[in-house]
Amino acid sequence: MTRSRRQALVVMAVAAIAAFVAACGGSSSSSSSASSSSGSAGSSSSSSSNKSPITIGTSLSLSGDFASDGQNFQKGYTLWAADQNKAGGLMGHPVKLDIVSDASSPAQVVTNYQKLISSDHDQLVFGPFSTLLTVPASKVVNRFGYAFVEGAGGAPAAFGNGLKNIFDVSLPVVDNLVPYAKWIASLPASERPKTAAYATSDDPFTQPQIPLAQKIMQAAGIKTVYNKVFPAEVTDYTPIATAVASSKAEAVVLGSVDVPTVSAFVHAFIQQHYNPKSFIATAGPDQGAPFVKAVGGNANAEAIMYPNGWYPGYANAQSQNMVNEYVAKYGGTAADVGADVAEAYSVGQAVAQAVAATHSLDNSKIIAYLHSGVTLNTVQGPVKFNSLGENGAAAAFVFQWQKGNQVQVLPVGASGSKAATYPKPNWGS
Amino acid sequence: MNASSLAKAVIDGILTGGVYALMAAGLTLIFGVMDIINIAQGALIVLGAYMSYVLSVHLGIDLFLGLIITIPAFFVLGVFIEWAFMRRLRDQERTAMSILVTYAVAIIIEGILSVIFGADFVQLQASYINSSFHLLGFYLPYIYVFGFLLALVLLGVLYYILYRTHFGRGVRGSLQNRSAAELIGVNVNRVRALSVGIGVSVTAAGGMVFGATNSFNPSSGYDLISRLLSIVILGGLGSIGGALVAAVFMVTLEDVVAVVWSPVWATLVYYASLIVVLSFMPNGLFGRAAVRAQ
Repeated sequence: MTRSRRQALVVMAVAAIAAFVAACGGSSSSSSSASSSSGSAGSSSSSSSNKSPITIGTSLSLSGDFASDGQNFQKGYTLWAADQNKAGGLMGHPVKLDIVSDASSPAQVVTNYQKLISSDHDQLVFGPFSTLLTVPASKVVNRFGYAFVEGAGGAPAAFGNGLKNIFDVSLPVVDNLVPYAKWIASLPASERPKTAAYATSDDPFTQPQIPLAQKIMQAAGIKTVYNKVFPAEVTDYTPIATAVASSKAEAVVLGSVDVPTVSAFVHAFIQQHYNPKSFIATAGPDQGAPFVKAVGGNANAEAIMYPNGWYPGYANAQSQNMVNEYVAKYGGTAADVGADVAEAYSVGQAVAQAVAATHSLDNSKIIAYLHSGVTLNTVQGPVKFNSLGENGAAAAFVFQWQKGNQVQVLPVGASGSKAATYPKPNWGS
Repeated sequence: MNASSLAKAVIDGILTGGVYALMAAGLTLIFGVMDIINIAQGALIVLGAYMSYVLSVHLGIDLFLGLIITIPAFFVLGVFIEWAFMRRLRDQERTAMSILVTYAVAIIIEGILSVIFGADFVQLQASYINSSFHLLGFYLPYIYVFGFLLALVLLGVLYYILYRTHFGRGVRGSLQNRSAAELIGVNVNRVRALSVGIGVSVTAAGGMVFGATNSFNPSSGYDLISRLLSIVILGGLGSIGGALVAAVFMVTLEDVVAVVWSPVWATLVYYASLIVVLSFMPNGLFGRAAVRAQ
């Protein structure tokens, strides 16, 4: 064998091994979900394990910008499938997940759902992560007449297309910040922030949340001193964060979609010795431990708030069971369980209840059932879909990081709400 | 918006531009030497950030001190990448094929990092990352100042190696005419391997500073590559000094637009500036012909 031939073979071998490793990291979900499914099928009742599996397809962002959320969704779906199989599966059939990665791409997510339905012939489909991907995915799924139950596409953009097949089990995001804005507005004048800064990504999930909050806070006399939209593709947040710091706003409302955005603002605020009285971010702080690590520890996370419909301490038996299962399967503590996990798990629960009620995998029957006004039970609480497919029963809560824990603080007086830390202590204290 | 905010945006732009120059230096060097567009540059930056993360979190080694380990390690990695993936590209199709090959390298790196670290975002931590000092009415973050100084030092070293050493003459000679360089005794393959090694080793430093100023996960490199390519094109492909000037110019312009006008327009202006400059200076600020003749 010549030297160049040997070298070529070595290169090919390295490339093959590396491609395998890359495949494991990027789109290994099919195999992992298959093993989890088969594992859980083994623990299911003997009658269900003998029947052919029901395959549920979904496209998740296992790489790219939403990789962290997408992988949490994968865990949520996997936990639900395991629990469902333990309980006998769907109509006695074991559940098998067919997960493909969309790399956080709105184009790829469309291709994926076409493949899942028309090529893989999956009987049911679950939604992807984010409104950005849910909108294009819902259109293609609608063309096949499939029910499209999802947990992370709650922005108005997902419900403005006249589709009857889309159902979001989570909180409609447009009202996310209302409890916060009302609470700020209700503070005694002497304590209430006098100025506020609003900075938001142009993402369809977060941008619609800001105007309503701003309107409520302005009506309470809180002057807007900074109000800018920034593109979702921003890689350097320094000038925006520095401009917010320069405004010296006493309250900061950040329309963020991920941990890096919030982390960049926190670090810039600390560097600029700027400490607002109140700081709320629409997403990022809900990611649990990764958020705390990114901002540099509990002391920097202290008193940062975020809106959501669920948190690991949610006093709901199903939720606590899911959290315990998560910790047992993936390790860590309850604080490590991101809201994505509960959103995904709730999707499975809603579909399972619809299948059980209709005794059918017929998607048209499932769609009709979900539109019937029935109330479903999930780890996020009750789910009742309005005519658009939004969850009208979801309650908006605001959570706050307090001494390393996520604590429900708003609405004031709501079951489970504790006192909010206000004003926010200095960074690092 | 006031004069103070504008001045702060300029300062931020200059400091951040230095960091981007550090990240882009390897890209422009590798193109200059080999006509290879290294799409894996973003992934290599993230790899550098993760190496610093491991040394910092698991071995307690300071981020800057850790460069003593990561830079040589990246040099070896660069030599390996050149040997394994770049050397066998034929001259006629080298540039076009390099995009595919280095994209594969990026996917490989991302896949390995995903397996080891998962998708959660992390950020490098050190006492000086959140600290700043007060100068002329502005708070200047130590990490950006240190990153800028590191960029000046490393880019200066690169410049010295390329233009003031025997090895550098060999590099530039093999650039101008491979056959002639071989005739006078230059081992072109060796020169190219060492050049890629040097380019990748500088990226280790860029990765550390990136990881200290941004949260990152294995996929973060893709957000960087278009910006870094713009910088090296504007600076003049192959020009180290051009990369620094272009990075400072583009990032400062972007920061000023974000503060004065709107962050939405800042990204557009960043890329529009590239088009405008290339319209008048097709070879970039420090065009290729000038670069190779220095």
